Amino acid sequence: MSDNSAGSTAAERGLKGADETFASFEERDVGFVRRAQAFLHRFPTSIPFIVLLIGIVIFSIAAPGKFLAPFNFSLILQQVTIIAILGVAQTLIILTAGIDLSVGAIMILASVVMGRTAVVYGVPVEIAFPLGLICGLACGLVNGIIVTMLRLPPFIVTLGTWSIFGALNVWYSRSETIRSQDMQEAAPFLQWTGTIIKPYDFFSKTLGLDWVFLKGWVLTYGSIVMLLVALAVWYILNKTAFGRHVYATGDDPDAARLAGINTNRTLIGVYALAGFICAIAAWVLIGRIGGVSPQAGQTANLDSITAVVIGGTSLFGGRGSIIGTLVGALIVGVFRNGLALSGLELLWQDFAVGVLIIVAVTIDQWIRKLSA
Amino acid sequence: MLKKIMLAGSILALSAMPVLADEIIGLITKTETNPFFVKMREGAQAKAAELGITLQTAAGKYDGDNDGQVAAIENLIAAGAKGFAIVPSDSKAIVPTIQKARDAGLKVIVLDTPLDPMNAADATFATDNRKAGQLIGAWANKTLGDKAKDAKIVFLDLATNQPTVDYLRDQGFMQGFGIDVKDPNKYGDEDDPRICTHEISQGDQEKGRTAMENALQKCPDVNVVYTINEPAAAGAWEALKAVGKDDGSVMIVSVDGGCPGVKNVEAGVIGATSQQYPLKMAAMALEAIHSGTLPEIDPAVGFFDTGAQLVTAKPADGVPSITVEEGLKLCWG
Repeated sequence: MSDNSAGSTAAERGLKGADETFASFEERDVGFVRRAQAFLHRFPTSIPFIVLLIGIVIFSIAAPGKFLAPFNFSLILQQVTIIAILGVAQTLIILTAGIDLSVGAIMILASVVMGRTAVVYGVPVEIAFPLGLICGLACGLVNGIIVTMLRLPPFIVTLGTWSIFGALNVWYSRSETIRSQDMQEAAPFLQWTGTIIKPYDFFSKTLGLDWVFLKGWVLTYGSIVMLLVALAVWYILNKTAFGRHVYATGDDPDAARLAGINTNRTLIGVYALAGFICAIAAWVLIGRIGGVSPQAGQTANLDSITAVVIGGTSLFGGRGSIIGTLVGALIVGVFRNGLALSGLELLWQDFAVGVLIIVAVTIDQWIRKLSA
Repeated sequence: MLKKIMLAGSILALSAMPVLADEIIGLITKTETNPFFVKMREGAQAKAAELGITLQTAAGKYDGDNDGQVAAIENLIAAGAKGFAIVPSDSKAIVPTIQKARDAGLKVIVLDTPLDPMNAADATFATDNRKAGQLIGAWANKTLGDKAKDAKIVFLDLATNQPTVDYLRDQGFMQGFGIDVKDPNKYGDEDDPRICTHEISQGDQEKGRTAMENALQKCPDVNVVYTINEPAAAGAWEALKAVGKDDGSVMIVSVDGGCPGVKNVEAGVIGATSQQYPLKMAAMALEAIHSGTLPEIDPAVGFFDTGAQLVTAKPADGVPSITVEEGLKLCWG
C-alpha cells in the first residue's frame, strides 16, 4: 500500500510512516537443510528412494561390472521377496503403533502345515494349501484377539505367541526337513512360486517384442506374488474405509474411537490380515528353498521390522506406506548383495544395516520436528 | 475349601514322589529345534525307557545360550540327578557350573562339542569334525582327479565368528583336498588360488541359497561347493538349479548324515557327506552314567570318537566309505 494509491482514506493517511507489512511468520532459516527438511516432510516416501539410489551408486563403483547387471538386480529382487512380503504384514501392524514379533514363526508354521500335510500325510494339495493359509490367518487372529481383549501391549503378546507358534512348529514338523524332490513329487503346486520366468523370452516369443533392456532379467512367480500382495494391501490402506481406520487408529486411538471407529475390530482385522500375508510368505518360502525347513526364518521377524523402519514407516504409528517398505526391503537387499560382491565380510553387512536403521529413525524424528 | 486345596496339593505331591524315587539322568542340548538335537533327544528317550530311568531334558533357547544351560544344570543338581550329558553352547563359560555339578557328585559327559579344557568333564563323546572334513576333502580330490589342480571351490560356512565345528570341518576339508591351511584354528587366511570365496550360510536352507547366489556372482566357473551341513547344501542346490548348473558340472559335498541329506546323496544332489551319530552319542552317554563305567578313551585323543563315515554312491580309491543304503540305515532326522 503506498501513500498515493487510489482510494486511501484520510484515516489511513494518519498512519503514515508506520510498519506497513501484514502479519507474517518470521523466515529464520531458508537454507538448503531447512528446505530439504520441508521437502522430506511433504514427501516422506522419497527418503528410502534416495537411500536406495545412493546404495546403487556406491556399489556400482565398489563392485564394477558385477553389481550393476540386470541378472544381479533380479537376483536381489528374488532374495528380498520373502522379507518384503513379511514387511507388508509388519507395516500393517506398525501403522497401528503395534509390532509383531511372531511374523517369522507364523510363516514357518504355515509352511510346515502346507508341506507336511501334503507330502507326509498325503493330503491333496487343494486342501493342504488352504489349510496353511487358514493356519496363518488363525495365528493372526489369536494375536489380534489377545491384543484387544486382554489389552496387552502387542510387543508382549507377540513375544509370547512367537514362542507358542515356534513350539507348535517343532511339534508338528518334528524338526524334519522335507526335500525338494519329495515336494516335487507330491505337491509341485507348492513350489510354483519358485518357478523362473525370463521376461525377455516371454515378450519376444509371445509378442515379438525385442526389448533388449529385459535381457538377463530372471524373475520368479514369487516376486509377482510379492507385488500383488503389496498392491492389494496398498489398495486396502488407501482406497477403503478400513484402511483409513487403520491409519486413524494408529495415529490416535482415542480420537479414532470418538470419531466412531471400532478400533478393536480394526486391530483384530489388521492382525488377522497380517497373519494371512505371512502364510502367503510361507508359500513363497517353499518356492525358494524347494522344500520345507522348520529351521528357516529364524531372524525373519527382525528382518521384516528392519525393512519397515528403513522404509520410513514410523514406529509410533499412523504414518508410513507399503511402497516405503518394499523399497526398505530392497535397500537391505542391495546393501547385503553389494557388500558381499565387494568382498566384505558378513559382519560388515550387519554393521551397515544397523547404521541404516538408526539413520532412518533419526530422519523420521528430524522431519517430525517440522510438524511439531 | 482350604482343606480341599491342601488335600489336592498333597495328592499332587504324592503323585510326584515316585518320580523322585527314580534314577534321574539329564540331557541338555544347545537348542530344542535343531534336528541333530531333536534326534539326540529321541535316542536318549529310547535308551532311558530301555534302562528304566527317568530322563530329564533341557535346552538353551538358542545356539550360544549359556545362561539357559546353567539353569538346566542347577535344576538337575536340585532334582538329585545321578548325572547328565550335555552339548555345551559355550565350551568355556559352562565349565565352572559343570565343576559345581561334579562337586555335588553328578557324573558329567560332554557330547559333540568338547569343553575347554576338555578334562573339565568326566568324559567327552564326539565326532572328530576335522576328520569328518578330511574324509570329504579326500573324496572330492580323488573324484576330481586331474581337475583337482585347478578346481574353483566355494565354501558355504556356518557363522562369522567361526565356532569350533565350523573351522574344524572347513579346514578338515581343505587338508583332505590338499590345501595349505596356514593357521589350523581359523579359516580365511589361506592363499590357495583354488579357493574362490567363503560365504556364510548359518546352516540354514534359505540363507544357504542366498549365499550360493552371491558366490555364483563372484565365481561363475565354480565346480566344487563345500557346505557346512546338508540344509546349506540343499539351499545351494536350489541356487545352482536356478542358473542351470544342476547338470553335474558342480560337485557339492557336505557333513552331517541326516536322512534328508543321505537321500540327497542318493539323488545325486550331494556327491558325498560325512555322517555323524547323535543317537549313538546320547545312548552311550546314558548307559555310561547309569552303569557308572566309562568306555576306554585313548589319552592321546582325549575323547571318545563316536565316528564319522563317508556316505557316497561313488566310492573313491583309498577313501573309506559306506553305501547310501548303509547310510540310510544309520541316518537321523
